[in-house]
Amino acid sequence: MKTDIILAGVGGQGILSIAASLGMAALANDLQIKQAEVHGMSQRGGAVQSHMRISDKEIASDLIAKGGADLILSVEPMESLRYLPYLHETGWLVTNITPFVNINNYPEIDAVMTEIKKIRNHIAINADAIAEEIGSKRSSNIVMLGAASPFIDIPFEKFEIGIRQIFGRKGEEVVKANLAALRAGREFSQKNR
Amino acid sequence: MSNQKLLLLGDEAIAQGAMDAGLSGMYAYPGTPSTEIMEYFQASKQAEELKIQRTWSANEKTAMETALGMSYAGKRTMVAMKHVGLNVAADAYVNSAITGVNGGLIVVAADDPSMHSSQNEQDSRFYAKFSLLPVFEPINHQEAYDMAYKGLEFSEKFGLPVMIRITTRLAHSRAGVTRLPQLPQNELKLPKNPTQFVLLPSIARVQYKELLSKQDLMEKAGEEMGYNTYFDAADKSKGIIACGLAYNYLVENYPDQKVPFPVLKVSQYPVPKSLVKKIASECNELIILEEGAPILEELIKGYLEKENVKGRLDGTLPRDGELNPNLVALAMGLPSVEGKPVPSVVTSRPPAMCQGCGHIDAYNALNVALADYGKGRVFSDIGCYTLGAYPPFNAINSCVDMGASITMAKGAADAGLVPAVSVIGDSTFTHSGMTGLLDAVNDKSPITVMISDNFTTGMTGGQDSAALGKIEDICAGLGVEPEHIRVFTPVKSKHDEMVQIIKEELAYNGVSVIIPRRQCVQTMKNKNLAEKIKELGLR
Ligand SMILES: Cc1ncc(C[n+]2csc(CCOP(=O)(O)OP(=O)(O)O)c2C)c(N)n1
Repeated sequence: MKTDIILAGVGGQGILSIAASLGMAALANDLQIKQAEVHGMSQRGGAVQSHMRISDKEIASDLIAKGGADLILSVEPMESLRYLPYLHETGWLVTNITPFVNINNYPEIDAVMTEIKKIRNHIAINADAIAEEIGSKRSSNIVMLGAASPFIDIPFEKFEIGIRQIFGRKGEEVVKANLAALRAGREFSQKNR
Repeated sequence: MSNQKLLLLGDEAIAQGAMDAGLSGMYAYPGTPSTEIMEYFQASKQAEELKIQRTWSANEKTAMETALGMSYAGKRTMVAMKHVGLNVAADAYVNSAITGVNGGLIVVAADDPSMHSSQNEQDSRFYAKFSLLPVFEPINHQEAYDMAYKGLEFSEKFGLPVMIRITTRLAHSRAGVTRLPQLPQNELKLPKNPTQFVLLPSIARVQYKELLSKQDLMEKAGEEMGYNTYFDAADKSKGIIACGLAYNYLVENYPDQKVPFPVLKVSQYPVPKSLVKKIASECNELIILEEGAPILEELIKGYLEKENVKGRLDGTLPRDGELNPNLVALAMGLPSVEGKPVPSVVTSRPPAMCQGCGHIDAYNALNVALADYGKGRVFSDIGCYTLGAYPPFNAINSCVDMGASITMAKGAADAGLVPAVSVIGDSTFTHSGMTGLLDAVNDKSPITVMISDNFTTGMTGGQDSAALGKIEDICAGLGVEPEHIRVFTPVKSKHDEMVQIIKEELAYNGVSVIIPRRQCVQTMKNKNLAEKIKELGLR
């Protein structure tokens, strides 16, 4: 198996925590991973991306080729579109719909949504609202991970193991909240795909 | 030691490799993409148990020289910096080729092709070639670990510093690494030859000849270590020389990573001449893939511009920028199918100063205070405050290299641009602003130096600043008159007061230092720093 994922967002939104959970899930499944992150200047509120490659064979390139991504997982709607050249024809775009506005020329959100809807395989999810609903406002990134999970070739239990490993140190409450977020995201995608 | 794989950044793999190979001292100044090497040491329990020296240095030159001192004393040591940091450390680095080492010494140079977080994309392999020093260029995390581990031994065997050259992509990518057995640290041991480190001409001449004589031996050793590998294949219509990460992008483009042409993977320098000659004689055409500048390509293509040598110089690949699988596919004549184009609604989202950042209030005051003098007189430097170049501030007119704000302001003032202003951060000031300030004081130059003090090295992620609690004393010690050293807290409510102070100092016909001082908002959770700030009474 091979899943190539572009994670997208804005510096400070925490896409690296999604990447870490995903990495743990992959390792729990004895898969190989390579994950290219962005550190440095862009972390100051700029556009950030991470290339996450998961495979049962040896992985050569740290970067995903354009046209080769199976999934774009974005925590911000406009940012999801920035990486379309990477998405394979049959790939999925899974994005949060809450805009992160830190520039004064942010486009009309309707125009952004129109573009997202043009992608054949897309899931547009209000991860912030869902996180709030389940009483765990800060878990919206894990809602996003859950929403992406049906499109990643890893058994769901392994995602749960990943969450336990990442949040275990913060106590059982935090683990539970994030597991709930993971499941809520997954459910949304399964209903709306 | 456990056999379980560690999931590490490329930077961290180098750190772990050196640590396991008996390192005694790690030296560095922060700089993307090299910063995480020292950060890994500082967070490591193993490093603490082994009592490895691991504090930030004031700049890359002091780091490099300190490492050389540790090597003199017989212990294994490593120094890390970003590519432009090597410019700062170059005097020490180039001369260390002539002194050689005693304890093993690794210099990690982290290059940033495509300038993700840098002023330029210089290729550090040039420095090594120029200095006649060996380089390891890992293509993956395991090689990064192994090269640090074995590089220290190689350094001691040849008596020379070894460069590990990486680029952003490997530095900041994560993958699994298997460890080797922990080696003990070296004992304190002086160099056998007591004049080895005395570069008087008579001694240096002898040692330079020795350095020259080691080149062929190092080349041979490179072939034996297995990092430079020749992969033969049936189709000799072309041969590929792939350096560093370019090798990954090449094999990525073929099913099961099997390239149908002969491939020479180069991960160690001096350049493996015999292997280059072999592939050149067996193949009709050479494609040279390098992550960085076309160094091998220039060597092989040469001034005779051999037409069957292709790469960055003839447009087979772009002349600048980072490589990727798509660019290499095109160079190999393979189709490269991209997804949909980026829709036009997507706007750029450049980095910006954080909400609540003290630099913002300082710039708002400076812009108002300067309004009467007219534009074009603010020389800035490198740090988060460089983002003041963007709207809405449009506050600065230069950013060149660390420390250049003060000296450029002096030069412009010398030319008649008065007042000239310098804007510099606390960490950059102690990195290389102090010496320039001394020049200005000695000439009584009419410049106003704003040292925007946020108690940290912010841009690179909030590392310790060597300037903490020392700025006024340094300035006064260099001869800035105490009444022209003005400190204030940059907050909105004090805007008018700040403007007034800056105006007063702009009007002064000599060197003034103004210090807007407020903690970086990104470091508020750093307990260690909070304690130090309290101790020093800085709030
Ligand atoms: C020679 C060199 N070394 C390191 C860097 C990386 N670097 C860029 S900005 C910066 C931090 C500067 O800190 P400071 O001056 O305190 O400003 P702040 O970012 O905190 O505002 C560093 C280390 C560089 N560009 N050049």
